[in-house]
Amino acid sequence: MSVSELQTIEHDVLVVGAGGAGIRAAIEAASQGLSTGLLSKSLLGKAHTVMAEGGVAAALGNVDSRDNWKIHFRDTMRGGKFLNQWRMAQLHAQQAPDRVRELEEWGAVFDRTEDGLINQRNFGGHRYPRLAHVGDRTGLEIIRTLQDFCIHKGIDTHMECTALDLLLDSDGKVAGLLAYWRETGRFVLFRAKAVVFSTGGGGKAWRVTSNSWEYTGDGLGMAYRAGAEMIDMEFTQFHPTGMVWPPSVRGILVTEGVRGDGGILLNNKNERFMFDYIPERFAPETADTEEEAQRWLGGDRDARRPPELLTRDVVARAITREVKEGRGSPNGGVFLDIASRRPADFIRRKLPSMYHQFKELAEIDITEEPMEVGPTLHYFMGGIRVDDDSQQTCVPGLFASGECAGGMHGANRLGGNSLSDLLVFGKLSGDGAIEYANTLDSLPDVDEDRVQELMRAATAPLNREEGTNPYLIQEKLQQIMQSCVGIVRNAEDLQKGLDELEELKEETKTVKVHASAQYNPGWNVALDLPNLIITAEAVTRAALVREESRGAHTRTDFEGERDEWLQYNVILSPGEGGRLEARKEERKDPPEDLEAIANATLEELEAENDG
Amino acid sequence: MAERTFRVWRGDAEGGEFKDYAVELDRGMVVLDALHLIQAQHAGDLAVRWNCKAGKCGSCSMEINGRPRLSCMTRINEFGSDELITVRPIKTFPVLKDLVTDVSWNYDQNKRIKPFKPKKKDADGNYRMMQRDVERVQEFRKCIECYLCQNVCHVLRDQDRKDAFVGPRFMIRVASLEMHPLDVEDRVPETRDELGSGMCNITRCCTDVCPEHIQITDNGIIPMKERVVDRYYDPLLWLLRKITGSGKKKASIDSES
Amino acid sequence: MAQEIGGHSTSFASTGRVDRWWVEPLVTGAGFLCFVLYTTWAMFQASHYWSEAYLSPLYSPLFYIDQTAQGAAPLAHAWFGEWPRWWPAWLPPSPAIFILAGPLAFRMTCYYYRKFYYRSYFATPPACAVTSYPQKKYKGESALFLFQNIHRYTLYIAIGYIVILSYDAVMSFFKNGDIMHGEFGIGVGSLVLCVNVVLLSGYTFGCHAFRHLVGGRGDCFSCSAGKEHLGHKAWKQVSLLNARHMSWAWVSMIWVGFTDFYVRMVSMGVFTDYNTWD
Repeated sequence: MSVSELQTIEHDVLVVGAGGAGIRAAIEAASQGLSTGLLSKSLLGKAHTVMAEGGVAAALGNVDSRDNWKIHFRDTMRGGKFLNQWRMAQLHAQQAPDRVRELEEWGAVFDRTEDGLINQRNFGGHRYPRLAHVGDRTGLEIIRTLQDFCIHKGIDTHMECTALDLLLDSDGKVAGLLAYWRETGRFVLFRAKAVVFSTGGGGKAWRVTSNSWEYTGDGLGMAYRAGAEMIDMEFTQFHPTGMVWPPSVRGILVTEGVRGDGGILLNNKNERFMFDYIPERFAPETADTEEEAQRWLGGDRDARRPPELLTRDVVARAITREVKEGRGSPNGGVFLDIASRRPADFIRRKLPSMYHQFKELAEIDITEEPMEVGPTLHYFMGGIRVDDDSQQTCVPGLFASGECAGGMHGANRLGGNSLSDLLVFGKLSGDGAIEYANTLDSLPDVDEDRVQELMRAATAPLNREEGTNPYLIQEKLQQIMQSCVGIVRNAEDLQKGLDELEELKEETKTVKVHASAQYNPGWNVALDLPNLIITAEAVTRAALVREESRGAHTRTDFEGERDEWLQYNVILSPGEGGRLEARKEERKDPPEDLEAIANATLEELEAENDG
Repeated sequence: MAERTFRVWRGDAEGGEFKDYAVELDRGMVVLDALHLIQAQHAGDLAVRWNCKAGKCGSCSMEINGRPRLSCMTRINEFGSDELITVRPIKTFPVLKDLVTDVSWNYDQNKRIKPFKPKKKDADGNYRMMQRDVERVQEFRKCIECYLCQNVCHVLRDQDRKDAFVGPRFMIRVASLEMHPLDVEDRVPETRDELGSGMCNITRCCTDVCPEHIQITDNGIIPMKERVVDRYYDPLLWLLRKITGSGKKKASIDSES
Repeated sequence: MAQEIGGHSTSFASTGRVDRWWVEPLVTGAGFLCFVLYTTWAMFQASHYWSEAYLSPLYSPLFYIDQTAQGAAPLAHAWFGEWPRWWPAWLPPSPAIFILAGPLAFRMTCYYYRKFYYRSYFATPPACAVTSYPQKKYKGESALFLFQNIHRYTLYIAIGYIVILSYDAVMSFFKNGDIMHGEFGIGVGSLVLCVNVVLLSGYTFGCHAFRHLVGGRGDCFSCSAGKEHLGHKAWKQVSLLNARHMSWAWVSMIWVGFTDFYVRMVSMGVFTDYNTWD
């Protein structure tokens, strides 16, 4: 087929990915009157944002008036082990409250305080109750609000349309993107002045993950091939509490809200083991007796937080260790108990979807029995490297926001900061794209040879006489990542993982798919594989470079945080011979004002609210 | 666990047939797991929509032994050990391929509903709503848009009146806006005239199939029908409006007391 | 059955369901039919609706009384006196004829009854995911069935009946139903009549229209004053009843029939009413 016969759709701004960040970016672009397209791999409103349960972090100060953006910023930096991009963490903490209030203006119905304001709950790593929430379905509320708002904004939503690769013009700036309709398998050419990637992470490279089939690192793969850089890819967050039984739902998330609302972690000796894992840095702010933890839960403002609410990396590692040392639950997790801590109707009211999830998937009544939980790959802190303010990558016209962008969360993300991230940076990436698009007079030209080449490559798996089953390759990849690039890592495993990934790359070239291109999941899996493998390799290479343990990245051969590594981010970029290269890059000095905030005492920061 | 046979409809808009697949099952599996096994082992091109696999996104709607269900929340052990499990795509929307249907009609309906229009903020820039006032609306907002209610509604499913009725999902969408404490828009006229509240004969199948257990009929559709009665079919209220001259659309208890 | 796209048939009553889906519409349809047959029969009896102090709810209120009928109430209980002379001979002189339309209209337009009789008698649909009876251009309740919207008026009438039946229940504690002069006592029949009022109240005050009127029609229970509005408390209570509206509907209906049956049997001398008077 010649390119001129190809279905062609033109937009000023094309947003890829219709989760929270993508829709928020599209709303921004469309509200400025730009022709905006929104590409969604599945149906609108099904993206992983709906899975977010606990809440959206924003220093509204509705529940505890001592809170302010600086404390949120400080918590975020401390959670990220000071590897975050300072400016991004600042923008995030400053703008999150406005983004949340804006949602309310668009029809979102958050849970209320006694005074009728947006209620906020406690969460791991957040000093004060900060998470605006709706029971345990906050993500659903947010995506539905954005979705219902965006349909009246003149955005062209292209559903079940998968992006294959970016197209650049002869100057190397973004010119569009080739995609295909899942329904028919037909190709479609999008021409656009600016492209925003909000494609999420690549959790599907692991076997135990909370991510669905969609999270195959599409944005990461495409951006990388177009010459963009990735940052902090070694930091993959394992959520401490995923379901472990039954096997088929292993990895599905159990919200941190369970712990926020009083749930405790127990090993098979019935010990509340988290008290043994309190890191020095958090010791002054963490309860060291059950009695104090209980007082905190009762609302005592002077009591310190229970250790179950330490950051996710700490809890995930603690659980891994308990299991490894033989103190785990029958199905290889630990126990999460809220039944003995809270009355049944409280649990059903505050955690309705957890109640149903366990009731229906595991036949367990969480108001009577403890849950069995274990770590599950949940989130990529790292991602496409973007400019702090405009969210533009080093490829002109390419922007990124949400999980697929990196830098904001540093070495570890606090719960609740992802929903605020996608709102804040979704908007900013929309702004960035508008500004860029407005500088161009016309749509850049698309390289037709490249389009032809991409179409040939995409249809190749359908035309092979024989080859490997794409599902098997995906399964192998998941095995590799699960065993070699898990929560605790070492050079030997990582190198082994890299070697196996190389083999897998070769195998991918011979993948064979049966039947036609029309709504063919096998073909879809095959086309996702290259992006997923790039993502997996990026994580592995970055993990090998960072020779220390920090945040979500734990090396058994380099235990503990090393001060010299505080100076570096690991950057991945296309190197010689088309190989993925990982390098240390020295961090810029932090702005003085931000550094002062990060190192200030809580009292100093709280005092500002009295003014 | 033992091997089990699944009968799955395979085909597209042109036609198709049931095909049997035998798969080896593990403990605790749901129907969607079985379909994934079929994909991986027998039929890589078996089309199924799914995302979250935890009953939160509403993608994997299908009809399992004739009942509209989310396949990710349908455990296989709830069927008898020798019971054949038959899986069909949902009936109300056109089949694209196998178990995947074209549900785009639903997205078009949503656009017909007037968007949220909030009242003014309080002087301090906040909105104030009490928890007890938002709970009604929060129930409707639990909707995951699985469209099982749209599928089972006989007005859409059997009587083919998609031209006259938006279906249960969008009746509760209207209800969630109309009962929103901050909303000042009036959607009662179109609820009757365009969205088709009168087409619903409250046979409640939508409520029966809702995986979120939303009381679609009792809490959503019937209250909307009653609001239509307020406006059009209640001579007493009509008279009262004439006398008091209140042309106000929102029957807010507070403003009238 | 014609197999069509998706493995679905479009012919009437076709379904992929493998359970006995027809049991529910059949049982409910037959159950209601039994009640209708019994009340019609009871209405045309025009006799044995009164015993001692008990008045059958199917005959209350008594507009006129034909004193020649067996088991008729004393004339003092008639609102308008002696049975009218203009009454056509072919119609039995039954007080029930005047009043049954009220409760019947309430029940026929009730949001629960509508569910089951559209299913059982109109097959639109017979059961969930079972193909409904095909109509050329289905109009639901927007055309012929538009009258369903009078439900709230029938509610007002039904509330009137609650008042009347409450009076009857009080009356049943006094010999000969004479509240002023009759001797106070308690009989099984008094209890039957009281339960009848309780059940009917549970049904009537859990009605969807009532729920709407007491508070559901507002969007906010506490927006202006910031305090909980009285309407909200009422609405919450009504909502509790409403959630069980189906059960209230059935139990209250069956009990009405039973109350008539009990009074009738006592009146006919088949049952002995245990009470404190004898």
